[in-house]
Amino acid sequence: MSTSYKPIHDEDFLGQGSDWSFDDLEHYEREIARIAAEFRLETYPNQIEIITSEQMMDAYSSIGMPVGYSHWSFGKQFLSVEQAYKRGQMGLAYELVINSDPCIAYLMEENTLMMQILVMAHACHGHNSFFKGNYLFRAWTDASAIVDYLVFARRYVSECEERHGVEAVEQLLDACHALQNQGVDRYKRPSAISAEEEARRQQEREGYLQQQINTLWSTIPQLRAADARNVDGEAQGLGQRPRYPSEPQENLLYFIEKNAPLLAPWQREIVRIVRKLAQYFYPQRQTQVMNEGWATFWHYNIMHRLYDEQLIDEGVMLEFLQSHTAVVAQPGFDSPWYNGINPYALGFAMFSDIQRICTAPTEEDRAWFPEMAGSDWLETVHFAMRNFKDESFIQQFLSPRVMRDMKLFALLDDDQDDMVEISAIHDDRGYKRIREALSLQYSLGHREPDIQVWAANIHGDRSLVLRHERTQRRPLDDAFSPVMHYLHQLWGFPIVLEVVENGEVVDRHDWPQTGG
Amino acid sequence: MSYFIDRRSNARHKSAVNRQRFLKRYQKHIKRAVEDSVNRRSITDMERGEKVSIPGRDISEPVFRHGKGGRRTVVSPGNREFAEGDRMRRPHGSGGGGGSGEGSASNQGEGVDEFAFTLSRDEFLSFIFDGLELPHLERKQLADMAERRPVRAGLSRQGVPARMNIVRSMREAQARRIAMRAPIKRALCDAQKALEEEERKDPVLRHPGRIRELREEIERLEKRLEAVPFIDTFDLRYNHLVDQPQPSNKAVMFCVMDVSGSMTQNHKDIAKRFFLLLYLFLERDYERVELVFIRHHTAAREVDEEAFFYSRETGGTIVSSALHLLDEIIEARYPPAQWNLYVAQASDGDNWDDDSVQCRQILSDALMPKLRYYAYVEITPHAHQALWEEYTRVQDCYPERFAMRQIVQAGDIYPVFRELFKSRQGGQEAHS
Repeated sequence: MSTSYKPIHDEDFLGQGSDWSFDDLEHYEREIARIAAEFRLETYPNQIEIITSEQMMDAYSSIGMPVGYSHWSFGKQFLSVEQAYKRGQMGLAYELVINSDPCIAYLMEENTLMMQILVMAHACHGHNSFFKGNYLFRAWTDASAIVDYLVFARRYVSECEERHGVEAVEQLLDACHALQNQGVDRYKRPSAISAEEEARRQQEREGYLQQQINTLWSTIPQLRAADARNVDGEAQGLGQRPRYPSEPQENLLYFIEKNAPLLAPWQREIVRIVRKLAQYFYPQRQTQVMNEGWATFWHYNIMHRLYDEQLIDEGVMLEFLQSHTAVVAQPGFDSPWYNGINPYALGFAMFSDIQRICTAPTEEDRAWFPEMAGSDWLETVHFAMRNFKDESFIQQFLSPRVMRDMKLFALLDDDQDDMVEISAIHDDRGYKRIREALSLQYSLGHREPDIQVWAANIHGDRSLVLRHERTQRRPLDDAFSPVMHYLHQLWGFPIVLEVVENGEVVDRHDWPQTGG
Repeated sequence: MSYFIDRRSNARHKSAVNRQRFLKRYQKHIKRAVEDSVNRRSITDMERGEKVSIPGRDISEPVFRHGKGGRRTVVSPGNREFAEGDRMRRPHGSGGGGGSGEGSASNQGEGVDEFAFTLSRDEFLSFIFDGLELPHLERKQLADMAERRPVRAGLSRQGVPARMNIVRSMREAQARRIAMRAPIKRALCDAQKALEEEERKDPVLRHPGRIRELREEIERLEKRLEAVPFIDTFDLRYNHLVDQPQPSNKAVMFCVMDVSGSMTQNHKDIAKRFFLLLYLFLERDYERVELVFIRHHTAAREVDEEAFFYSRETGGTIVSSALHLLDEIIEARYPPAQWNLYVAQASDGDNWDDDSVQCRQILSDALMPKLRYYAYVEITPHAHQALWEEYTRVQDCYPERFAMRQIVQAGDIYPVFRELFKSRQGGQEAHS
């Protein structure tokens, strides 16, 4: 793959071969930053760390967080990553980047020069600018405080382990992890605070919280046993007194932190830590396609620009194209390699298509996207990146062209029907419906069951009533009963899960299970 | 703005704590898997780690999520022949269009049947020997330490070339050179200065004799300077070693096996596994473990491993022949003062009628006082014979150091082994 021509400039740095040095990295990082700035990618400062593959596995098992508290589940994660890596079933992701300020990205020392350049373009400028620009990240996470907070969390958890025993802490964390997904505020924006402040406030909170809980529970009038039995567990019985909480609460962990009658202050603090981290990762879970698509779109453009400027040669470029193609490959639904829609593929296709619609619109595009067709493409992709999440991004920007290219189709699967039905394919009648269905598929609200705190029976047996708003008869996975068990551990009193569909209670589960 | 940090030299194994916690949490599962594999594994194969599988169900982290059923629409890529309104049978399994959310379809969910990972060799062995201990492991008392071991003890001026400490020698040489050359250099400097002064004088005033004198002086000094040797025997330094008495940290394990006609390959296989377990166990506690293989029918011979396990012999059985040979070998090669002696004997319990009594005598009188531990396993489904009876009497005399068990089938090996070496402190076993 060696080339005979001599480039005009920067001979020393011309990307050739696969070895790299720190000088190379710095040089390319400068060039990439220059090109990224031309494309108006605004980023946090980059902290690029060179690590070994072992350290990469470590980083992997802690979801990229540079520090984390200890828990067996991270060990499990580590073991499975290690197993897969050693067997060659997976390469380690070449991009692991966390949403912090400065933005920490990892380069593996085993990578070739091309890979390092690619990772810098992808993670340090693609993801980084997404973290800084996207509205969800701006509103919900505080990039400058996260690392401090992680340090605080780690210290706090290990202190608790010393004081209360590893097992007690582990049990609590197990329970909290099970409720992680129900530990986020979906609508209320949390206030960002820094770690020192957090540590200071934590002290105050301990005392205050406990006091508050005592008042809440101490106002309970003593019921005679017979009355208690009447009220016991009957949802209608609750209606007689004002329900507590007066509005259903979506954030289970928050509700537990503030209201669980039996938790010790340190336990509440740990619940809070898990909740805070879940909240921190919440935007990532809603922007998978966009985030990966955005980073992929930019590494693709930046690499091409580097090549056009003769900063990298054909060998590097071919190696890059091969790697890029693998990343955005989308096997069909019937392929043995099919593992759902590849967010890289979908996101990259969509951002590239936005660019195409802006620069070379067809009649179809003009009809579908009258405002976008012919507009400034750079402006438009930035607009898309800043103001959407996967759900709305697909709703807004998925074009017929992409649907055709990916040959998307929608399948209606109804358990009351023996057959499944193709409800839409990539044709004129189907585009809108596919787009609708795909957008829904990426909506967290639809993907995850809607479970809220309905009532805490503070006047009776202190049971906690949850409601699962079921849609389309989609049931909970059987794993719900161990989760109920965890909830019971946290709450300390009976848990009731009511399944509600169209306003009617259709099913009810009790924990601990009553009578056979 | 970007900066690079090289973290490669930072601590690895950041996840070691988490990994340990995981192993601890699933101790029971892992132990079961390890036990299975000990019994299943081929014998030469003990030396590596083990792949362990735990049912995914047992270690999943449950969360609220949707299960199968209900009414849902799934969008998938790669349509080839479908047209709108096509109806077909529901595909088997959940593959293809299943799963409500891809991408996030968790890698820790129920979908994975088995959670598989690899234990390192050390982890594997520590699971095998968890809660076991070698009886009487106290090292040989320092008083009767016959073993000595050279220990570094600074530097000396005498020694053999092989122990020369190059760095120190060169440093000495450099110091000596500086010291020896300094006065000569100073004198040389003075002489040269004087000569220059002399030569700068008006030719009329020059003193030819003095100039010649100075020139000679300079020449002489330069020669002396050159004569200072680069390195001298005087500079040489040697690493000094002194012999220090050492508690003996080596063990020898005698494998004694009956190879008479009644021992089938299956018997031998069982015996071999038992020996192997013991060997691995000893290896964990001793720096060096030597193996001696003694096989016997009517006569005993010391053989190598291959012959021990695989060559076939027939004939009657006289166990005492092996014990005699054992005693001879100990006397000749392994003085008990220096070696920790372990014996493992496997047999099917057959012995020449009158011989068993003799065996007891040799054991009680000659062998047991020298040995750390004697483990006898009888591989037989049948009733015990005379040998077992006699050995029981030996055990009564040395209850601490003489152990005997019966093994019926391969599956018994590991439990029997565990029983033999169960930690005497108790406790440890209780929580595991």
